[in-house]
Amino acid sequence: MRERGYYGDFGGAYIPEILVPTFDELTEAFAAAQADPDFLREYEALMANYSGRPTPLTYAENLTRHFGGARIYVKREDLNHTGAHKANNVMGQGLLVKRMGKQRVIAETGAGQHGVATATMAARFGLECTVYMGEVDVARQRPNVFWMEQLGAEVVPVTDGTRILKDAINEAFRDWVTNMDTTHYVLGTACGPHPFPAMVTWFQSIVGREARRQVLEEAGRLPKRIYACVGGGSNALGIFSAFLEDAGVELVGVEAGGHGLETGEHAARLASDDASVGVAQGYKTFFLQDADGQMRETHSVAAGLDYVGVSPILSHLRETGRVRFEAATDKQVVDAMTLTLRKEGLIPALESAHAFVRAFEEAPTLSSDDVIVINQSGRGDKDIFTVADALDDPGWREFVRQKAAEYDDA
Amino acid sequence: MLEEHLRERLRERDILLMTHIVLGYPSFDDSLRVVEAMVEAGVDLMELQIPFSEPIADGPVILRANQESLHAGSRVERCLRFAEDVAGRFDIPFVLMSYYNVLFRRGVDEFVGRMAAAGLRGAIVPDLPPEEGAGYLEAMAKSGLDPIFIFSPRTSDARMAEIARHARGFVYCVARKGVTGAETDFSAELDAYLARCRAATSLPLALGFGVKDQRDVDALRGKADIAVVGTQTIRVMEERGVEAVADFVAGLRGGLEAQAT
Repeated sequence: MRERGYYGDFGGAYIPEILVPTFDELTEAFAAAQADPDFLREYEALMANYSGRPTPLTYAENLTRHFGGARIYVKREDLNHTGAHKANNVMGQGLLVKRMGKQRVIAETGAGQHGVATATMAARFGLECTVYMGEVDVARQRPNVFWMEQLGAEVVPVTDGTRILKDAINEAFRDWVTNMDTTHYVLGTACGPHPFPAMVTWFQSIVGREARRQVLEEAGRLPKRIYACVGGGSNALGIFSAFLEDAGVELVGVEAGGHGLETGEHAARLASDDASVGVAQGYKTFFLQDADGQMRETHSVAAGLDYVGVSPILSHLRETGRVRFEAATDKQVVDAMTLTLRKEGLIPALESAHAFVRAFEEAPTLSSDDVIVINQSGRGDKDIFTVADALDDPGWREFVRQKAAEYDDA
Repeated sequence: MLEEHLRERLRERDILLMTHIVLGYPSFDDSLRVVEAMVEAGVDLMELQIPFSEPIADGPVILRANQESLHAGSRVERCLRFAEDVAGRFDIPFVLMSYYNVLFRRGVDEFVGRMAAAGLRGAIVPDLPPEEGAGYLEAMAKSGLDPIFIFSPRTSDARMAEIARHARGFVYCVARKGVTGAETDFSAELDAYLARCRAATSLPLALGFGVKDQRDVDALRGKADIAVVGTQTIRVMEERGVEAVADFVAGLRGGLEAQAT
């Protein structure tokens, strides 16, 4: 094994022996790509031409007035192709796959955003694609399953374990240990064995590079604070990475508080005392686990944050104190999303709305000279079924009943 | 040490048999009956797997056994007491198999100490490559336990040599790509792979993944030292009950005895 990739005491590559050459190959291909200016140029051109980058940094004037404190800016990853920051990572790994000469990609997905992004990339690059998705997530995110299948991907529901994101990751690894010669595993977040945390962060850092330039241009100063939601941690690391050296910029990661930290039904690994250091899914980080080291069930209204582990890079940044971690409950998230819709006409994904919650709590305590940036990592209108449920919308329920009746009659 | 014990057994038989069970599946009572049946039927050593919620190297059969065991409430401490019980009761070596987090969560030193006190002889930890295992290797050496490492067909000669520096007891050679429980083609390619393994280490070689009947065991004579039967015994137990396990293992042994006499 050539490299192990540690961030303080976190990270590593705890992988079955059979995958060691595959990880060596990937580490090498990634290092070669990083060292090649043509690769970055090709990547940035692709993201501009195909995905619509750079995404804007929007001044949220009405919200700013509403809270009467810091000036609020929103980084619009929802406008990236496929509706979330996920494409930044996926298109980058797609270019690597072409360099490595593999013909098939596999992916795990929770909310379905990463699955849709991977299926999109596979269609564009002419690759075979299989997406593993927990049975519970298949049920709550059917529209994304529909699009993955329309894009030509095979979606495999995972019926083992807790039947959500972590189980989909396990199943993708099982596919990979069989098919590594032809197949690349497009891991969707900055977790897993080295080099994935480094690689996914590198591709997502395009968000931070743009945001830093934009906020200096538009607001004339660096932000006081940056807020990002944290599932695996890729959108947070993407935007944080450009500001790590700016001591005056406070970085705030917001995790899923679920039904409330006190209920134990949440997915807050770094903002609660419920997690402890462990090794699973190939890497060492904070996990929500029991005294025996068995992974616990997690809960969040947002499938994309419903995960037991977290990026080892973020665990390290918590230990060093560089990033502050907070949690937002399901209910707060729905309220923040509604307010953002009404005041700005923006529709943050339920995942992204976690970041809005914390920003809204803190904005009034800051001065009008201060600037804060919220990373809107994805758009919520795609998750209409989940959002309609979260808002408990009677008109939508009636529509679905009618639609179901039409199908029954047909 | 385990290696000497295995060498002694190999003077009597040209291939040894290692079986695998998931502790607490379907219950600890059943696990005990299975161990009794296997020892009775003449297995030479056994792998006791402590279930883990994320067994990424295992295929569907063992994965489900891990889940069912945990669902039924299996705890690590109960597994260790079970191991201690059978290691005291039966006169074959037992080794532990589990994923690294089970050791790590308890504290590697403490866990290894418990293994030694329980009378276990070694451990197989499939998600712990030697590079990540410095503390584990030290603790195992201090307790006189054998860290059993894994070769795969994709492991280079150089890496096999490196792994062999850390390996004790025997080396577990994975027969093919993939997870536990799928079919293995016992082909000429496998012979070439085992020859590479043999060149890399003087330790006995165990071959596992897909060994399911007497014919497979026979095919390994003269090439490997230990045939590992894992998933298939769980399938037999699920399909035909705990009682059928003794006959199944004795059937594998039938071939062994025919050769020995």
